[in-house]
Amino acid sequence: MTEIPKIALKGLRKRFGSKQVLQGVDLNICAGESMVVIGGSGTGKSVMMKCILGLIAPDAGRIEVDGVDVTHLKGRALAAHQARFGMLFQGGALFDSLSVWRNVSFALDQSRKGADLRAAAIDNLARVGLGAEVADLRPSELSGGMQKRVALARAIAPRPEIVFFDEPTTGLDPIMADVINDLIVELVRDLKITALTITHDMASVRKVADRVAMLYAGRIVWHGPREGIDATGNPYVYQFVNGRAEGPIKMAVRGG
Amino acid sequence: MRGIAHDAVGVLSAIGGFVIGGLAAIGRMSKFAARALGHAVLPPYYPARLLEQILVIGYFSLPVVGLTALFIGSALVQQIYIGGSRFNAASTVPAVTVIGIVRELGPVLGGLMVAGRVSSAMAAELGTMRVTEQIDALATLRTDPYRYLIAPRLVAAVLVMPILVLVANIVGVLGGFLLATGRLGFNSANYLNTTMEYLKVEDVVSSMVKAAVFGFFIALMGCYHGFRSTGGAAGVGKATTNAVVSAFIMILLSNLVITVLVFGT
Repeated sequence: MTEIPKIALKGLRKRFGSKQVLQGVDLNICAGESMVVIGGSGTGKSVMMKCILGLIAPDAGRIEVDGVDVTHLKGRALAAHQARFGMLFQGGALFDSLSVWRNVSFALDQSRKGADLRAAAIDNLARVGLGAEVADLRPSELSGGMQKRVALARAIAPRPEIVFFDEPTTGLDPIMADVINDLIVELVRDLKITALTITHDMASVRKVADRVAMLYAGRIVWHGPREGIDATGNPYVYQFVNGRAEGPIKMAVRGG
Repeated sequence: MRGIAHDAVGVLSAIGGFVIGGLAAIGRMSKFAARALGHAVLPPYYPARLLEQILVIGYFSLPVVGLTALFIGSALVQQIYIGGSRFNAASTVPAVTVIGIVRELGPVLGGLMVAGRVSSAMAAELGTMRVTEQIDALATLRTDPYRYLIAPRLVAAVLVMPILVLVANIVGVLGGFLLATGRLGFNSANYLNTTMEYLKVEDVVSSMVKAAVFGFFIALMGCYHGFRSTGGAAGVGKATTNAVVSAFIMILLSNLVITVLVFGT
């Protein structure tokens, strides 16, 4: 591979107590592509994401962004690293004590004038299909789908290079899930961001992914282009994609 | 014999485990406190958050602290009067009351009441933010959670507690004064004169120092337990309980240490 990947994980390991969650994850994500990591609950997808963001320190292995080692950053260097990312959290993680526009403009320069920040927030809300009338509401006054959209607007507001999506469609009805998937595709294309999505929603995978990787038992067991997921010959991917109870994946099904 | 030896080893290892666990917790708390304090002195600052916390911790604690001091001050005077009368020493009531309130009861009871109100609320709020990933979200939104959440709470509590305790001291003495003059027949001018005569600068200073230290522990325990909470609603409940209990213990322990250091020699 001649091109330096945007994000490269090399032998990433992490354990919590006696549970080895990541057992040597190797993954490359190229600039401008949309990578989707699939895998059952508890296979370490979120842990992997939080390691890249510097929220969890890995036990071993290397994380590189643009070829630079970012595994053990601290202080200002860590803050500068985190500022390159936006993240859509599974539950939205909106600040419930702040209004919608305060949430959306949270990562913008707070020395700017209030009216200026509010206008920037409304611009970003428009990007996710929400009108100015929600700007002064509290997050608790919004439906689940609208909260997800506000969280999406907040994640993209500072125009990060890389955006992570943690289970973007979980808890939404199929139509709203599709709306969110469309938004992700649109944002990745228009804002030219590198995207990493973790999900177990196959509809989301088929819509959002350029490439797909499958995480099982703390390792990437398969990766390839989206078109390849139906004909991999990989028993893990086959079982997951087709949602079969029978197959090599046992642990995750029983909530191990 | 073997059974007894086995039991003894079991007991010893349980004690050892408890001690090691306790020391590890103290280490984690110290690290947390050092990190929060380091962030409190370095920019960026969040003045709006600080003002909000001063209001929440200070202003809204005034009623509960004031009432506590009023009731305890009055009850104290009644008991000192009964005890003092047995030795024909009822005239010591104002002196003993003011020393008792300013040196011990004002700061300790004020601290405990604020801890009950504030440590629990901080642990519940930060715990909920933790389990709903709002704290992780801060880090991805160019904001250091220690600076934004912890530092304003610690600074506000340390600044505001001395003022609250000052109020508690004044109200406590006033409560005693009202009972003494209204019920026990003390002359009001004499009572106030004696009170002022026995009140020393070092009493007030030690009272304020205690208050600031208690404020630090109130915010530290609330933030520490909230910040580290895991596992949904039950985890937040546990964090809240631990915050209040550990804040109480730290207040009573540090009170003893300061009292012995200042007055014990």
